Amino acid sequence: MLKLLKYSLYNILRTRFTLLYFGFLLLATFAIYSLDHDLARVSLSLLNVVLLVVPLICIVFATVHFYNSYEFIELMLAQPVNRTTVFMSQILAVGISLSLAFMGGIGIPMLIYGGEASMIYLLFVGVMLSLVFTGLAYLASVMTRDKAKAIGITLLFWVFFSLIYDGLVLFMIYVFYDYPLENATLAMVMLNPVDLARVIMLMQLDVSALMGFTGAFFQNFFGSIRGTLISSGVLLLWILIPVYFALRVFKRKDL
Amino acid sequence: MISISNLSKRFGKLQVLKSMELDFERGVSYAMMGPNGSGKTTLIKCILGLVVPDKGRILVNGTDIKGSWAYRSDIGYMPQIGRYPDHMRIGQLFDMIQNIRKDKTDFDLDLVKLFQLDQMLDKPMRTLSGGTRQKVSAALAFMFDPGIYILDEPTAGLDPLAVEALKEKIAEERERGKLIIITSHILSDLDELTSHAIYLFEGNIFYNNNIDELKKETGEERFSSAIARLMEWSQKGSHVKISKNAEIT
Repeated sequence: MLKLLKYSLYNILRTRFTLLYFGFLLLATFAIYSLDHDLARVSLSLLNVVLLVVPLICIVFATVHFYNSYEFIELMLAQPVNRTTVFMSQILAVGISLSLAFMGGIGIPMLIYGGEASMIYLLFVGVMLSLVFTGLAYLASVMTRDKAKAIGITLLFWVFFSLIYDGLVLFMIYVFYDYPLENATLAMVMLNPVDLARVIMLMQLDVSALMGFTGAFFQNFFGSIRGTLISSGVLLLWILIPVYFALRVFKRKDL
Repeated sequence: MISISNLSKRFGKLQVLKSMELDFERGVSYAMMGPNGSGKTTLIKCILGLVVPDKGRILVNGTDIKGSWAYRSDIGYMPQIGRYPDHMRIGQLFDMIQNIRKDKTDFDLDLVKLFQLDQMLDKPMRTLSGGTRQKVSAALAFMFDPGIYILDEPTAGLDPLAVEALKEKIAEERERGKLIIITSHILSDLDELTSHAIYLFEGNIFYNNNIDELKKETGEERFSSAIARLMEWSQKGSHVKISKNAEIT
């Protein structure tokens, strides 16, 4: 397992993409820091980068990488190596390198300029989102033989979770305005990893007052340690469940 | 050594293997033939676990291969089209596979030397010609002294010198009592290297017997004409299914 992981990581480093990603995040973070001196607002700007850019880059890179390592996977599977090991080393290598690039890119400016406690959450949420979308990308990739189709599906995932889902939730709140919706919205937040990440962060940033009654309700739920733990647990499920299904499909996949 | 029972595989609408029954024994070298799309490569990939069959069972050295992977350490596989990570150098590739197959410590590097691959160890795989790739595949297949060789069109794309070297190596391994399965369309190679003919047609085994018997049954002296006769029969959709001990009148 470790050997395969080593070779998979080496394959990723060869492409230099993660280095580029790291450089991009570094630049963006430095830019945001130099534009604003209020740390809370820096956090908020960074949050937007994390919520929009990180999922997109992770999901596209992971998909492209899966197809680029097809030869490697094929070669390994003809050797006396377990399929599960091959798959896990691939996905771990992608997850690890994307997470490290993210932590470096956002974290280094933070170390230089300083930050506040909420930024630890920002790092945590970003890493979790990287892993969630890597898992989703692998799920889409093992289900289809066609690279273009897989990228299409993964982009659909991204558009859905980042843009469409919020619209749906707002629409629902609007339509059922007269009913008590707290529990329903809470459930809907749980069903979208990006929303989950956003809410965890907003609660830490103490801007929930801007979100009205539902905001207060969420503050009540997420603000407490229990709430944060539960929502982190749900995010973890968002990583584990797609990876589990992807592995199941991969084990029966014809190469 | 390898025993296949009731093996079926379907790709979409196409039934590639139709409940196939087949046994391969140690010390015998098999020529696996059949028109394009008759299921040769799929059968091989099933044995290697690269393709998961819909039905049926494959035993390699007595163990069911379903969900198992350790059995592959006794197989040297040379794919029809060797595909390797583009950026890797030949030397790195060899190191990596040796590192992963740590069950053996002394490596058979005869082919690496014969093909002069040791002089281009730092060439990246993407710069290699088709023939050199094929040499790399061959060198890898023979590197770990396995008991079973599965060679999918081993001589296609090789230059005559390399073909001779490879054939010599295969003959050597045959003498050492290994099980060898070769698929090829080059009948002269098969004639030299194998003693047993298997002819696949549309996912079924159309013929399975040793080559002397084949010649007798077809009434032909030469291997290539005997195979040509087999092809004729299979194409005609001859209802006389010829297999072991079947008599032809």
